[in-house]
Amino acid sequence: MEKFITLTSTVVPLPIENVDTDQIIPARFLKATNKDGFGDNLFADWRYNKDGSPKTDFILNNPTYRGSILVAGKNFGSGSSREHAAWAIDGYGFKVIVSSFFADIFRGNALNNGVLPVIVSPEFLAEVFACVQANPTSTLTVDLLNQTVTNNVTGKSETFEINAYKKECLLNGLDDIDYLLSKKEQIEQYEGEKNN
Amino acid sequence: MSGGRRQETNEMKTLFDKIWDAHVVSEVENGPTQLYIDRHFCHEVTSPQAFNGLRARGLKVFRPEKTTLTADHNTPTVDQDQPVKDPVSKNQLDTFARNAAEFNLPLFYPLGHVKNGVVHIIGPENGFTHPGATIVCGDSHTSTHGAFGAIAFGIGTSEVEMVLATQCILQSRPKTMRITFNGKLNEGVTAKDLALYMISKLTTGGATGYFVEYAGEAIRNLSMEERMTVCNLSIEMGARGGMIAPDQTTFDYVKGREFAPKGEEWEKSLAYWKTLKSDEGAKFDKEIVFDAADIQPMITYGTNPGMGMGITDSIPTLDEVDEAGRISFQKSMEYMGFQPGEKLEGKQIDYVFLGSCTNGRIEDFRIFAKFVKGKKKADHVVAWLVPGSWMVEKQIREEGLLDILTEAGFALRQPGCSACLAMNDDKVPAGKYAVSTSNRNFEGRQGPGARTILAGPLVAAAAAVTGRITDPRN
Repeated sequence: MEKFITLTSTVVPLPIENVDTDQIIPARFLKATNKDGFGDNLFADWRYNKDGSPKTDFILNNPTYRGSILVAGKNFGSGSSREHAAWAIDGYGFKVIVSSFFADIFRGNALNNGVLPVIVSPEFLAEVFACVQANPTSTLTVDLLNQTVTNNVTGKSETFEINAYKKECLLNGLDDIDYLLSKKEQIEQYEGEKNN
Repeated sequence: MSGGRRQETNEMKTLFDKIWDAHVVSEVENGPTQLYIDRHFCHEVTSPQAFNGLRARGLKVFRPEKTTLTADHNTPTVDQDQPVKDPVSKNQLDTFARNAAEFNLPLFYPLGHVKNGVVHIIGPENGFTHPGATIVCGDSHTSTHGAFGAIAFGIGTSEVEMVLATQCILQSRPKTMRITFNGKLNEGVTAKDLALYMISKLTTGGATGYFVEYAGEAIRNLSMEERMTVCNLSIEMGARGGMIAPDQTTFDYVKGREFAPKGEEWEKSLAYWKTLKSDEGAKFDKEIVFDAADIQPMITYGTNPGMGMGITDSIPTLDEVDEAGRISFQKSMEYMGFQPGEKLEGKQIDYVFLGSCTNGRIEDFRIFAKFVKGKKKADHVVAWLVPGSWMVEKQIREEGLLDILTEAGFALRQPGCSACLAMNDDKVPAGKYAVSTSNRNFEGRQGPGARTILAGPLVAAAAAVTGRITDPRN
């Protein structure tokens, strides 16, 4: 997994609530047996016409909005547990998603792929949407070490929550499997006790 | 199986606490819990990358007998004895078989196997699902198994890899919520209606961060299959999972199934299972109480499962929707081709889907068959009746339900997830309305442009016969 420390970027705004994982990556794209290429189908049904041509009114097809931070309405990533949603977001090039609320499984999947979900207040979120609408070159800075997110237009900053363990994982590019494999002895001990 | 490291304290514990605490291997400092997993279910769509991960790290599967594998999501529901036509799907199914063989996984039920079917249906019916167990699967509807008084939840593929490699995952302890349904359900109201009612009140994200215990008279009166329908839909309000304390209904269901404990092991397990209930006075982080008598047959009108209403009600007007949610609400109305404030009863529909891990069990087919008996399917309706497993299919035949369905103009398809997520050819065409007993009405869920109206098996049966959204009580 890639390390994540800090990022300043323009943002792509998606002011829609309850964006579910079927929108992020529709089920018909889940037939692959590896993790590659999902970025091309990120938001496929909102992004492409039936003939594969881009829908000009969708934000990812608007060259005005670019950046590695996606800013979305509340309850982002609800629905299916498909990790393909995180692979699609990562594959497209987003490193951070900012929203006022995330669905649990998606949030975990994102973290396990080095994509940082940043939870902000509804007011902060609304202000980011307003700033980007007024000026698409507006940027955000996300600082994982200090757990802060800053709107560089207004200068307003918020701290965000992340558990200390996951933070260390992201800062060092480690994953949960490395940790669990180091606990094999304890697992066997647990099994022994359980069967007695 | 006994509980392992149960902490003997005087503290009042919830059902969730008891099971969770019995599965803690270690606590990560300032981080999540290392939780032991008793049963892992696995399917073809969310597992290939996990096996690739094992291969890349040179790892074996740690406890092969604790993983049950079935192909269900990406499978056809016709001609299952023939080679799968779609080469990409075929590759995924072949990869699944190769992985099961390479990693020596004995409980592998591929397409055509007598135990094959939808993962959350074959688990309980073969006795893999036990009270007090921790159960995971790379599928959000794993919450289904909570009906047995288990901690069951969906995981991502990275976590599938963790479970295969170590039989553990790292999880932050969720908050607890109890939802109590007092009183009795009205005639003509199913477990699905109860769940859709609850989700409409809590909204699609209203239980995010919580693990829910369902309680109360209306819950206790549910059969095992109805309990599975309710727990199945827990994720549709964002809950990490849902559970119901095991009781005689649970024990009667589990007893004698192939992978249920036997003999002395059964007695030992039963004694432990009987301790699995929330202590009187145990504290939940949130409590919600509903009156079961308030629930009517339900339908959804929008593009998430929280957008539900009584079948005779009207869609909310724009004024009734929160300002921040209006863009999303209007988007969903455009997608569905509905107007705010509109009534849907009597509206013509095109497709009916009976099936899925939500409503693909034998009781759902009994309800559907009982309603359509002596009636005829509406000519313009395409009806897909998809049993959740071969075992359900066998029961449908043995109980004479197939004859009733055939007489009424319906045909049965072969088991699988089918039109619930439309990975296979069972896709509802763009713009068409489907009354569906599945679990999600998201945009495109049943095919690009498909318009899904979620409902229970009884409302689906009524719609199949009249070709319209119809109150089954009339």
